[in-house]
Amino acid sequence: MPSSVMPMPRRSDGPQSPAAVSTVGLRKSYGDKTVLDGIDLHIPPGSVFALLGPNGAGKTTAVKILSTLITADGGQAQVAGHDVATSPDGVRAAIGVTGQFSAVDGLITGEENMLLMADLHHLSKSQGRQVAAELLERFDLTDAAKKPASTYSGGMKRRLDIAMTLVGRPRIIFLDEPTTGLDPRSRHNMWQIIRALVSDGVTVFLTTQYLEEADELADRIAVLNDGRIVAEGTADELKRLIPGGHVRLRFTDPTAYQRAACALREVTRDDEALALQIPSDGSPRELRSILDRLDSAGIEADELTMHTPDLDDVFFALTGGTDQPKEAVR
Amino acid sequence: MSTPVAPARPARLSLALRDSSTMLRRNLLHARRYPSLTLNLLLTPIVLLLLFVYVFGDVMSAGIGGGGADRSEYIAYLVPGILLMTIGGTLVGTAVSVSMDMTEGIIARFRTMAIHRGSVLVGHVISSVVQSVISVTLVGAVGVAVGFRSTDATVWEWIAAFGLLALFALAFTWIAVGMGMVSPSAEAASNNALPLVFLPLISSAFVPVDAMPGWFQPIAQYQPFTPAIETLRGLLLGTEIGDNWWITVVWCLGLATLGYRWSKAVFNRDPK
Repeated sequence: MPSSVMPMPRRSDGPQSPAAVSTVGLRKSYGDKTVLDGIDLHIPPGSVFALLGPNGAGKTTAVKILSTLITADGGQAQVAGHDVATSPDGVRAAIGVTGQFSAVDGLITGEENMLLMADLHHLSKSQGRQVAAELLERFDLTDAAKKPASTYSGGMKRRLDIAMTLVGRPRIIFLDEPTTGLDPRSRHNMWQIIRALVSDGVTVFLTTQYLEEADELADRIAVLNDGRIVAEGTADELKRLIPGGHVRLRFTDPTAYQRAACALREVTRDDEALALQIPSDGSPRELRSILDRLDSAGIEADELTMHTPDLDDVFFALTGGTDQPKEAVR
Repeated sequence: MSTPVAPARPARLSLALRDSSTMLRRNLLHARRYPSLTLNLLLTPIVLLLLFVYVFGDVMSAGIGGGGADRSEYIAYLVPGILLMTIGGTLVGTAVSVSMDMTEGIIARFRTMAIHRGSVLVGHVISSVVQSVISVTLVGAVGVAVGFRSTDATVWEWIAAFGLLALFALAFTWIAVGMGMVSPSAEAASNNALPLVFLPLISSAFVPVDAMPGWFQPIAQYQPFTPAIETLRGLLLGTEIGDNWWITVVWCLGLATLGYRWSKAVFNRDPK
């Protein structure tokens, strides 16, 4: 089981340090559809923040507003100490954005894309070449540097995208669903890249629809649903809110099954499959105590599987009773 | 403070120039890498030139200069119109490439960068004007090859002719950029820009305005292509320019202003 990643040592700015990103009552609607319905955020510098939510929850809209791509209808937002509405260029000078749809110029080569960014950040020719070469090397794109970006694979495009974002050495990076559409290998690759960014002291604002991803990367997670933040906290805090994590034990011998059901408390029985479900947070200690109890009763299970809560569970837990009364009754 | 101080921002004008020239390099790189779009658009004016000279030439030349003119006189009449038509064709390419570019993620990236905001559009416009000038030169070379000769044009008249073509291209390019920006797809952009290809057909490019039906003459006379064509003829062939030069300049300034404001307003709108 992947345990939650401990935050790496960071500069301590003290409690007085201004937030990297803060919003109060941020609102946005398209026509009569409200996309963001009063979002309050406070993200300390040097941390990784994940905005977690399903498609259509408003994640991308939030990123677009905070990165000055679109304007909010109401509320306030400050990024790097600048108001997005009144000082957009101040915000732009401090941020880097890698969107869900790759922001690379497909008609020119990877290297030309990098040099374009260097020129737009007003680096000198030699400086620009150096930065481009370094970043291409760091993101394993040196071999493909002379090929048009449109010929890159999804993972390569995403890497080029992030490399371009880093040319300006942004202090705050917005990553809108950075791993959506990537194969598992590229996804893990991307996670490593994001962790490396964090160790450089950059603030990362990440959106994702995968709980696992937020768990892997983020210091704090906010769950966005229907334009509202329905929960916020560390991965562990959120998981405690979520039922659905359990251990499943399967037996072939009906007698053993019956005895196990008696030996263990709090089980849900599945008589047909001869399987028992025990709620669990998946920690080794809890697992050991379950096995110990089986041991002392002299029973052996034929199969043990762990189920960790997924995003469905999060939403049933966090939004149940308000939006989805049917599913909430479980 | 924990945050590094941002580098001092250069003055606004030098920022505008620097970013615009970066964007221009990007657009010229596109045009150089993918010349087929530009070259395809050259085919229409060249084919029309050859068609009207070698296929319809004898009939057409009978209709100008009070009849009885020979083919070389019709070539002289035709080429200035074809040159302006070439600009019209290049503009379709501009509208298409702007609309394609606007749907690319890279434009969203530019919008979130601390760069001169207008530079994206300026890059497109200047690159398109450069392409227009190159296209006009190529088509002009074909014109010379089939027998077009300027009669007694001075150096100043040649410079004025080039200036006219460049001004005309600049004005219409801003309109084409606006058309490209409001077009959701390349197909839509190419359709929206069609009037720019049609206008020269109903101008004095192929036949004199006074050979057209009376009710139609005012339309043909005062639409932007006719005065520009007549001015170009005057400069290169010594025909009467009259009021045409200032009507052309007014058209160009008006269209440039309109196109610039329109494109800028659309670009500053929130993207979807």
